[in-house]
Amino acid sequence: MKKPDFFKRTVTISNTSYTKRVVIAFVLFAALVTGGVYAWQWLNNQPKEDLTLKPLRKTLEANEKIFKGALDSTTQVKEYPVSAAVKNVKVNGLVGIQDTIDASQWRLQIIRAAGDTLKVSLDDIKQLPKKEVIFDFKCIEGWNQVTHWAGVPVKTFLEHYHLQGVEQMQYAGLQTPNKKYFVGIDMKSFLLPQTILCYEMNGKPLPMKQGYPLRLIIPVKYGIKHLKCIGTMFFSNTKPRDYWAELGYDYYAGF
Amino acid sequence: MKTVLKKHPLAIRWFHWVNFPILAIMIWSGILIYWAYAKYAISFGNLEIYHFFPRSFYTALNIPHRLAEGMSFHFAFMWLFFGNGLLYVLYTVFSGEWRYLLPNRHSFKEAWQVLLHDLHIRKYAPPQLKYNAAQRIAYTAIIVMGLGSIITGLAIYKSAEFAWCTWLCGGYASARLIHFVLTIGYCLFFVVHIVQVVLTGWNNFQAMITGIEIVKTAKLPLQKETMLEPLPETTQPTTHEKA
Repeated sequence: MKKPDFFKRTVTISNTSYTKRVVIAFVLFAALVTGGVYAWQWLNNQPKEDLTLKPLRKTLEANEKIFKGALDSTTQVKEYPVSAAVKNVKVNGLVGIQDTIDASQWRLQIIRAAGDTLKVSLDDIKQLPKKEVIFDFKCIEGWNQVTHWAGVPVKTFLEHYHLQGVEQMQYAGLQTPNKKYFVGIDMKSFLLPQTILCYEMNGKPLPMKQGYPLRLIIPVKYGIKHLKCIGTMFFSNTKPRDYWAELGYDYYAGF
Repeated sequence: MKTVLKKHPLAIRWFHWVNFPILAIMIWSGILIYWAYAKYAISFGNLEIYHFFPRSFYTALNIPHRLAEGMSFHFAFMWLFFGNGLLYVLYTVFSGEWRYLLPNRHSFKEAWQVLLHDLHIRKYAPPQLKYNAAQRIAYTAIIVMGLGSIITGLAIYKSAEFAWCTWLCGGYASARLIHFVLTIGYCLFFVVHIVQVVLTGWNNFQAMITGIEIVKTAKLPLQKETMLEPLPETTQPTTHEKA
């Protein structure tokens, strides 16, 4: 291999052209610094869309497009043995959660079309094939816990009620009965095999604070999307309102 | 007339100075994110020596309650950080500059001699080309760290699609810790880098802007003997050790 001749990288130039080179370099450097400062100020002065600077919101949306390509209908996250699941499951958000709810009166309301609502009881949901999901639950704050859930896969549920037609829509929307908490989820993630309408945690009915009687478990997304206590489910080609996205978070919020 | 050494190619200067604000923004937005679950500390047993970070630190930098904002910056500027880093690596590979940057088989031994010299314990530094052995190790390590930040970052950001990254990092929590430790590494690198640049002086510093450094003519013959001509393969690396 040829030895690098670093010290041969010399040129002899006149004093004038030396000075010229140095001055030009410093002027360009100053221009770069000024340009950087201006670019930063420009970015921070942009209007906000759902509390996030518009160019950054657009980038989050572009990131979704770039990364979502890697998801296909069979994508699954790693599953764990029951023994790995924690007993003390963290409760982090109580928005939309009520103190009590009468499960015999509660119905999952699926809006098939305007004025056409399907109502399904908890017992009916429990009749459907049950799937257990033990996965590493991740909160957008940064913590994670291996937790154990069970319920019916969304896809199985939709097929049982002959709702396959909605799978052509872009988004699913979920709301708590009191409409205080609401999420929008892209259909691709919503139909993944581990996405379940969940009614059990650690082999027992969901605790009140974990979203009794029915919550969403969607392992490819941050906890903010795992809506507790589902009241209404609907489908749309435009983005349904999303509680945390409106407070500045990424709408997609998926892994 | 002046004899000048063309020390830093324009591309390297560009990548260096563009990286500086981008990395700063990545670290700042990273702290905004970290704040939401700020559990790391240096401890011995139950004794907590230092918690990352003290309340005063957060207050001084206006960190609290800005998780969403931090994420929006982090996941935009990550592209610039990655792109600039990738272009730098490609440039050094194709231009041949990597020859001055990669440590060689003597670098790890020589790095000690450089350190002892810098600490005024050893009189002579080992002979060097563009960078000394310690610099070669540092400037290569920082690139490996950059790659580490990308892998651990993907392991956290896309733990389903890049499950192999998460696995490689030893799990999600471990990936987050490594991501954090690497960031602390950048901060330590920055401190040492600044100290070294200040100690080395203006002529060295301005070369990172102008690219050129005046070669003192009086020194030139001496350099010619000891450094300019490549020494025979067998004696080059050990000249000073034997002396």
